[in-house]
Amino acid sequence: MNYIPHTKQEENQMLSAIGVSSIDDLFSCIPHQLRPKSFNIPSGKSEFEVLEYLKNLSQKNATHLLDFVGGGFYDHYIPAAVDVLAGRSEFYTAYTPYQPECAQGWLQAIYEYQTVICALTGLDVSNASLYDGGTALYEAAMMAVRITGRKKIIVDSGVSLIYRTMLYAYTSNLSIEFVETPVAHGQSCREDIYKQLNDQTAAVIVQNPNFFGAVDDFSDIIQRVHHCGALAIASVYPVSLGILKSPGEMGFDIATGEGQSLGIPLSFGGPYLGFIAVKKEYLRQMPGRIVGATVDKDNQRGFVLTLQAREQHIRRERATSNICSNEALCALRALIYTSLLGKNGFVELANLNYQKAEFAKVVLEKVKGVTVKRSAPTFNEFTVCLPKNADEVVGKMIDKGFACGFPLGRFYKGMDNYLLVAVTEKRTKEEVVHFANSLEASLCS
Amino acid sequence: MQLIFEKSRIGRKGFALPEIDVPQVPDLAKNYCRNQPAQLPEVSELDVVRHFSNLSRLNYSVDTNFYPLGSCTMKYNPKFTEKIAALPGFSDLHPLLPQLSGGGMLAQGSLEVLYNMEKLLSEITGMSAFTMQPLAGAHGELTGVMLIAAYHKDRGEVRKHIIIPDSSHGTNPASAAIAGYEVKVIPTDKDGFLDLQFFKKTLSKETAAVMLTCPDTLGFFNPKIKEITDLAHSAGALMYYDGANLNAIMGKCRPGDLGFDVVHLNLHKTFATPHGGGGPGAGPVGVCEKLVDFLPISRVVRRSDGTFALDYHKHKSIGYIAPFYGNFGVILKAYAYILALGKSGLISAAENAVLSANYCLARLKDYYAAAYGKTCMHECVLSAANLLEYGVHALDIAKYLIDQGFHPPTIYFPLIVKEAMMIEPTETESKETLDAFIEVMIQAAKLAKTDPDRLRLAPISMPIKRLDETKAAREPNLRWPAH
Repeated sequence: MNYIPHTKQEENQMLSAIGVSSIDDLFSCIPHQLRPKSFNIPSGKSEFEVLEYLKNLSQKNATHLLDFVGGGFYDHYIPAAVDVLAGRSEFYTAYTPYQPECAQGWLQAIYEYQTVICALTGLDVSNASLYDGGTALYEAAMMAVRITGRKKIIVDSGVSLIYRTMLYAYTSNLSIEFVETPVAHGQSCREDIYKQLNDQTAAVIVQNPNFFGAVDDFSDIIQRVHHCGALAIASVYPVSLGILKSPGEMGFDIATGEGQSLGIPLSFGGPYLGFIAVKKEYLRQMPGRIVGATVDKDNQRGFVLTLQAREQHIRRERATSNICSNEALCALRALIYTSLLGKNGFVELANLNYQKAEFAKVVLEKVKGVTVKRSAPTFNEFTVCLPKNADEVVGKMIDKGFACGFPLGRFYKGMDNYLLVAVTEKRTKEEVVHFANSLEASLCS
Repeated sequence: MQLIFEKSRIGRKGFALPEIDVPQVPDLAKNYCRNQPAQLPEVSELDVVRHFSNLSRLNYSVDTNFYPLGSCTMKYNPKFTEKIAALPGFSDLHPLLPQLSGGGMLAQGSLEVLYNMEKLLSEITGMSAFTMQPLAGAHGELTGVMLIAAYHKDRGEVRKHIIIPDSSHGTNPASAAIAGYEVKVIPTDKDGFLDLQFFKKTLSKETAAVMLTCPDTLGFFNPKIKEITDLAHSAGALMYYDGANLNAIMGKCRPGDLGFDVVHLNLHKTFATPHGGGGPGAGPVGVCEKLVDFLPISRVVRRSDGTFALDYHKHKSIGYIAPFYGNFGVILKAYAYILALGKSGLISAAENAVLSANYCLARLKDYYAAAYGKTCMHECVLSAANLLEYGVHALDIAKYLIDQGFHPPTIYFPLIVKEAMMIEPTETESKETLDAFIEVMIQAAKLAKTDPDRLRLAPISMPIKRLDETKAAREPNLRWPAH
């Protein structure tokens, strides 16, 4: 199948209008010696055959496991209306809204999305979205470098290792100095941050909740950061913002995060949704597309892409970022999701996550040899210490039908016996109890 | 239309969560909690459904309108690929599962997709290996430039600049600059090609790479391309291929055979995954043999027993450029598309894309100035400069097209063509559609002379008229309520 509509007759009509006798003539500009050395692609198949083949492949993935793995990416329920509405092809087969008069649907949706991100983060302005939480954090770090003209960045080691390694990869040619500060008793170690903080510091980056699940109030740190003329950046988990103090309330200058938990499937790592929100004084240093409200000739409200003088298609090598596209369809999902949940539903969702995780702590603590780290409060994810290597336990639990958590030894030295457990609103009381019982059995065997 | 927030009514709900089934503990301590709930709308499910259904109807899209947006390859997006990406075996898979003990075995289906796709893209482009990780075209460019930097660094060479033609996509110089390079710009010669003399003078031992689009953004294939890549290589520079225009040449030539060392592709263009209103895209990057060791981690490998695994142990790798394995859902749709089209389908996609573009060019060149006037590839660049004397700009033509139900071409790009209109019809549009579009373009050129105000006032048939973009930039109102 090739989706080409031209009949042979139409092809001939077109060729004669062009004034050539064959399609090959149109490619005569490509010299013979530059033709492909090989092009070994299998023959095409019917839709049905491709679908069957891929259905079979999909069944080789273990999506039957009861999911207690988080690590920044969570198994939340997605209401049916999200799929139906984001599945409208008037949305998904359009492109970046360059022509506002025939793209008001998209432009208004992005303006509404920006409003939601500002509401969740408590910050002033947002953009049309970025690729993912990691690239969003990198863009935030680069913003801080541009704004302060400084090149030292302090990163709390409670920030996901995945994001830290992404930060380092992107900046490896830019002589930016990163200093990691430790986590003590679950939370950011103030003393170590203050020791590193000076008039060379561009930014301090923290994560809330941090990778171990611990929540924090960073207001004290931020005061000191601002005192040094540096920026405070937080990477946040949006569902937690149903109840947690917002980055804006704490005084952060920039908040970024992964929006996957807002109605976007896990889908083996993407497509996801990077979001960013900043204080308004930093608006012109923010990367990416931005939608603004304005009026038309008849003074009717309408929406346009705005502040484009920051962007690559105008400013080229002097742009604030090389970003061209965004993750609009994922942003739309997040907007539909938060609209359905609504003001009270979103609080209820966060609370449900918190309560279920607290229940799981109590149940798991009763398992012989297991301790739950309680030095800091958590949201829906927490750290447990097992009497043996967590990797091995995870392997045994897979055989019992559980993806029982993330073994922290994979990312943190000396934490081989620690397991990071996430509990979302999808996990029932029975499933949590069953999990604890199976863990007990696994530890005994 | 009212905003979803303006439709909010206190106490209204759009979704029910399960009742809490566990004994409740006290809330988190106050200092960790927000003062008041985030101001999300309070609306019913039907409010939400009607709001977004009606919003969607305000968009032009490929499924509703001809969308010849140059350089964006707005071809038809087959529906079966949506069904495949939504299969629970793919869409519910947690990306950290392979990190668990023996976890690679939990994701064999998805790893096989990634592995096979890498092989297919390598064959289509003539490259040695691909990383599927970059999340968009521009992200692929940045990845590609980082690979180039790592290669030179590994050889102990300091090279400071990247050469880019003035007709390039804006992302090229932006990606080079963000990765830490200076940008040297080469003008376009009178035939519409890279100015070879200027290029030779600029190329030096300090050149890290040359970034080119081929066919270029004017829609031309440069027959001297091999000479350019040979010159660059002799100076020790690498050749970067911006794959935005790959749709024109599938099966006709391959970047690898032309001498390119790094290639990024836009799966949402060439391989028909939906553009999603601006994304998600996917921008896999292919490299020649000498750059394979620098590719981002992880790499999908095939074991001798036929199973697939992730390899993180690559000490020369540039590291993680995405959290996991790329935009898997997008890669999967592109994979399904390639399997369906197969070899002859891909070749005829390129052939018919070029046929359609030349047909538009042939029929319109008497009404609009054709930039450089020769056979184009998958897109043609016209200029409305001949209408300036009537006070009509490319923008006015674009707005008139909207009134007639067509999405306008890309306008004012490439920057080097005055009043540019870049038309990329793609292979999936019928002759009737092309003819209807051409008729309206001709009508617009005639109206410019007889009734230019009709064009300057356009659009008049849409829910809104032309918007005040200056006001939008001067008084930014970026959220509701404005403050």
